[in-house]
Amino acid sequence: MSTPQTSQERRDRALRIALPILLFAVLLLIWEAIMRINHIPPYVLPGPGLILATLVDDWELLSQSLLVTLATTVEGFLLAAFGGVGLAVLFNQSRMLEYSLYPYAVILQVTPIVAIAPLLLIYLPQPLAVLACAWIVAFFPVLANTTLGLHSVDRNLSDLFTLYGASRRQVLWHLKLPSALPYILGGLRIAGGLSLIGAVVAEIAAGSAGAGSGLAYRIAESGYRLNIPRMFAALLLLSVAGIAIFYLLSFVNHLALRRWHESALEREA
Amino acid sequence: MPPAIKPQSTPPLLALHGVGKAFPNGTLALANLDFDVRAGEFLSLLGPSGCGKSTALRIIGRLNLPSQGDVEWPAATMAADQTNRIGFVFQEPTLMPWANVFDNAALPLVLKGMPAEIIAKRVTPALDRVGLAKFAHVFPRELSGGMRMRVSIARALVTEPQLLLMDEPFAALDEITRFKLNNDLLQVWQATGTTVVFVTHSVFESVYLSSRILVLTARPGRVSAELAIEAPYPRDQNFRTSADYAAYCRRASTALAQAMSEDKPAGDQA
Repeated sequence: MSTPQTSQERRDRALRIALPILLFAVLLLIWEAIMRINHIPPYVLPGPGLILATLVDDWELLSQSLLVTLATTVEGFLLAAFGGVGLAVLFNQSRMLEYSLYPYAVILQVTPIVAIAPLLLIYLPQPLAVLACAWIVAFFPVLANTTLGLHSVDRNLSDLFTLYGASRRQVLWHLKLPSALPYILGGLRIAGGLSLIGAVVAEIAAGSAGAGSGLAYRIAESGYRLNIPRMFAALLLLSVAGIAIFYLLSFVNHLALRRWHESALEREA
Repeated sequence: MPPAIKPQSTPPLLALHGVGKAFPNGTLALANLDFDVRAGEFLSLLGPSGCGKSTALRIIGRLNLPSQGDVEWPAATMAADQTNRIGFVFQEPTLMPWANVFDNAALPLVLKGMPAEIIAKRVTPALDRVGLAKFAHVFPRELSGGMRMRVSIARALVTEPQLLLMDEPFAALDEITRFKLNNDLLQVWQATGTTVVFVTHSVFESVYLSSRILVLTARPGRVSAELAIEAPYPRDQNFRTSADYAAYCRRASTALAQAMSEDKPAGDQA
């Protein structure tokens, strides 16, 4: 509220951004130094300079792979988002449906995706199998969070809607979905990262099948060819993609909730 | 005490006949509750915490069904379109945090599917009436507790209810804010001519506001005493400090103490 507090907060925020970057730069320098001092060959461990150079040199190949993986991730994420929210709403409207289907959603979630991927690759064409993996992994958090959100409606507000004779659809649109929004967005934030993981797992599993061209496939392929710098470069891209997805979804979350939800308020104060 | 503000000859707005309520966990909240609500009066249900007065209010508002007895609505106009004619104010403001003041107050009309122009025409005066006209686009979290409660009251008023049910609406507010809202509520009541049933555990609040007080016993709740507060409206700070007010408060306190001792063994009087 008061000025000194805000300036302190601003310094705090600047430090939160600056410190990790500074640490990262220092670590890179140490890494590069160790490489040079000990004369470690690049096929054992490439230095950051070489990784960066590989990224630039192989950009055409790697960027195409990045687009393939990102496309799968986004599609898997969207399917999970609409499917998860849609199914949770259906569950909320029909208890019978929830009782019948929920256990299967749990089974889908607890069975490790690495174990399912090879099976999917047998029965589905490769791009579809990869997409299915991304979807399966990302789907459950959206479903679970939305279900929780739809059940977390303020009792008195619910009474109020009853008192004013709201229809089921009105209760859903004007009460349940807005109440659930913070939960849904939380689920989506998890789903974004998981969708990328699902896509990567499936691509790795499909690696030997050879048809893939995503980033994870590049990593596997480079591994077979002992092209270690390219492995690192591809890994770097995956990592950056993951970070970008996370912050993009956090930003959407902030935009949607900043006016009213507790979780988004502290940053403004 | 027969004298009341309204003559007994006018038919009551509604009447509770032998209403009882038992909850599934075995709690008997109400037993044999009988009383009338007369059109235009300001009726308080005064009783200790947990005496079932909120339950009685919820039964009148049809949020709960009675286990025994029934609620009769003699006037045909009410029976026809009841849900539109009841406003409910809860103990908490119960606002939608994602909607601004205007949208919160407009909710009952939105749920009825009214067109936007009509909604604006009715919400703006309702907000004006509770002194929030300038805050239409503010979100609930930016308001103080008292202002949130005002939004809640405005929301109850937009349907122009014949009956306003209030469940300890000011219990969580500080005394200064409560006094201010008491005065404002009386103004609204007089301006709109609505009937108010007000649940409270505060003797002072009930005497200040009401034209009639029903004192309820502790669980299970029954009517133990009836008090007509015949001081003229408009009431203000002068009434709050008058000897009349003090006398009424004494009588209400005695009645409340009497009600609390009725069902319980000696030594339980607070």
